Amino acid sequence: MEIHRFEKLWVALALLLIVGFIGTVTYGAVGAGVKMVDESGGTVDANALNDHPRFGEPGTYQVGENEYEVYVVARQFLFEPGTNEPIRVPAGSTVTFHITSSDVIHGFEVAGTNINTMVIPGQVTQITVRFEESRSYGIICHEYCGAAHHTMEGQLQVVPPSDFSSADLQNPAVADRDAPVNDADTEEEDE
Amino acid sequence: MAFADEYKETAGEAIPIDREAFVDQYPHDAFIVRLNLAVAFGALGVGGLFGLIQALHRTGIYRGFVSSADYYTLLTGHGVLLALVFTTFFITGIFSWAVVASLDEKLSERLSKLWFGTMFVGTLLAGFAIVGGLTGGPVSADVLFTFYAPMAASPIFYLGAALLIVGSWVAGVDWFLAYRRWRAEHPDERIPLRTFMVLSTMLMWYISTLGVAIEVVVFLLPWSLGLIPAVDPLLTRTLFWYFGHPVVYFWLMPAYLVWYTILPKLSGGRLFSDPLARVVFILFVILSTPVGFHHQYVDPGIAEGFKFIAMTNTMFLLLPSLLTAFTVVASMEHGARQRGGTGRLGWLRALPWDNPAFSGCALAGLMFAAGGFSGMINAGMNINYLIHNTLWVPGHFHLTVGTAAALTFMAITYWLLPQVTGKNLKLKTVAMVQPFTWFVGMTLMSNAMHRAGLAGVPRRTAEPQYANVEFENVIGGIAEMRLQIAIGGTILFIALLMFLAVVVATWFGERSAKLEVNSELPKPLSGPEHSPVVLDDLRIWALIAIVLVAIAYGPPLWSMVADGLFAPGSPPIPV
Repeated sequence: MEIHRFEKLWVALALLLIVGFIGTVTYGAVGAGVKMVDESGGTVDANALNDHPRFGEPGTYQVGENEYEVYVVARQFLFEPGTNEPIRVPAGSTVTFHITSSDVIHGFEVAGTNINTMVIPGQVTQITVRFEESRSYGIICHEYCGAAHHTMEGQLQVVPPSDFSSADLQNPAVADRDAPVNDADTEEEDE
Repeated sequence: MAFADEYKETAGEAIPIDREAFVDQYPHDAFIVRLNLAVAFGALGVGGLFGLIQALHRTGIYRGFVSSADYYTLLTGHGVLLALVFTTFFITGIFSWAVVASLDEKLSERLSKLWFGTMFVGTLLAGFAIVGGLTGGPVSADVLFTFYAPMAASPIFYLGAALLIVGSWVAGVDWFLAYRRWRAEHPDERIPLRTFMVLSTMLMWYISTLGVAIEVVVFLLPWSLGLIPAVDPLLTRTLFWYFGHPVVYFWLMPAYLVWYTILPKLSGGRLFSDPLARVVFILFVILSTPVGFHHQYVDPGIAEGFKFIAMTNTMFLLLPSLLTAFTVVASMEHGARQRGGTGRLGWLRALPWDNPAFSGCALAGLMFAAGGFSGMINAGMNINYLIHNTLWVPGHFHLTVGTAAALTFMAITYWLLPQVTGKNLKLKTVAMVQPFTWFVGMTLMSNAMHRAGLAGVPRRTAEPQYANVEFENVIGGIAEMRLQIAIGGTILFIALLMFLAVVVATWFGERSAKLEVNSELPKPLSGPEHSPVVLDDLRIWALIAIVLVAIAYGPPLWSMVADGLFAPGSPPIPV
């Protein structure tokens, strides 16, 4: 087969570019540790979330010294928690989100961050992140989920550890063991 | 020399030739092509109007057309009419022309009417179900182009979609049969390039549409009729994307057919390399299908390894497009130099920019390069976190399908329509300006969409404003981006009207005794005799493609169905 000299050079450069791209993605996964959303969240019965030990009472659970698990249920057209009351986590902690849907496919994007995932009924999306600074983030449903899809939003508040109290937890008993909580703080947290 | 005549003819200073047009040689086939083009352009007009309304509504410039809830009906119509109906009918039209013209072999009259009729009825049904969403009645299909379960549409919508796809399968059978008749008479010849491209595209299409056909026929249709209580949302979504990325190549490969076989002639020259064109199409057959998981990078329930395999396949799929960039530009340069162009870049000026068939294809190719680069970001598994489901994504595909494919289709219509109607092009000045208008509109709209996507603005929403969310933009303001999207969308709609005006004026004009275009295509610089014969053995490539699909899709699909075909299941949820 006859291939022009310049064409050969071009093919070589193209292949180099492709291998380079694959290399950067591989480095991101192996070197920088960017983990993909995968099957580790497992499956649930979308029609019986109320019976689930955690999704039945979605919210923030403390599971370790500085480790939290946040269970979020997305449904037409709100995040629970998130929409009616903000998701609250303390800064400087490791937070694992477990997100599922009770009806249709939704999206879960924390605007301005890399937290950006699909929420599929029957599947649990699991993402682990570390928040260093205290600030508020907006949460958007970015997958069309029905006529009022554009109203589906929420808020994530990363608060200083001193502002975080057992009232923010679904399993306060765990937190009470570790640190006494000042009840006065909890009043101000509702915005 | 015939070659010199052809380039003069295309340079705008037309030498009228006696009527020996496609329509005179193959009246029935020209009729079928015209039917397909008519449906394609009808869908383009309506889908484009929906697009204009969306651009004005979601940017907040003008909201008087629809409510935000009805916005999604129009969004569904825009996606289905443009990405499925316009493209499929245009493609079946131009493919029919390509096969008949390059084989000198007529299509079966009965079969061609059958597949056109099937596709047309399917389109009417799907369109009826979608428009029903505006009436508030029981028939609706506000499920967008992707129709993800468990959001359910009327069964009429699924039936229509199934008929459209099955009709396109029968069209492929029609072309394969024409090829078989030709092969019987030409046992030792290489497949003519245009037919080779059509057949390899259809091979890819058969393999990839199997996913959506199973999704619709086995799962969604019985489920929407109440015959089965639940479907697995992840499984049906995976079957959709199994088809959902290859369909992109179904839009693109016909544009490549135009760029490889017609554009070199319009540039005043000839194709640079026929063998490389064949290699490119075979690469598409092999690599197009096992890539769909790159649309599901952030889906739960799919292991990282399968996503990684899809990522590497996707990246290698850049190769045929990069090869195309080389061959097309080289052919254009060759043409420009035949026309007297000189210099390192000075030859660009010698190209026939006043010929809309040429300028549209060239501008479409240019925008495709930009769209290709944003596509590389989408394909970058972990970079994709940043832009997944943001406005970046429609910014990207308005460059690929919305320009590379759509603008090429419009441009080549200026060249093809006279041949299938026997009428010379009317409103030539309008036609001459049209591709540039599209280019300007798309530049404004898509650059703003890409940037808004980087700031996190979601796609598929009627309202870009959220009470608690602030989008942090990198360059420029969100308000400025919105304005650009609205202005760009308006210019695009004007360009669309210009195109339709030219088509209608030509179509209803009087037949001309002499035609200003002819369908003769010059021989390539490097012909098929320089390529290995094995390239023409489509059975081998189909087999390799199927093996690759089995590797990429077998294990993940197995893990999804291992817990039961319909589990974890969801009942239909009306929108």
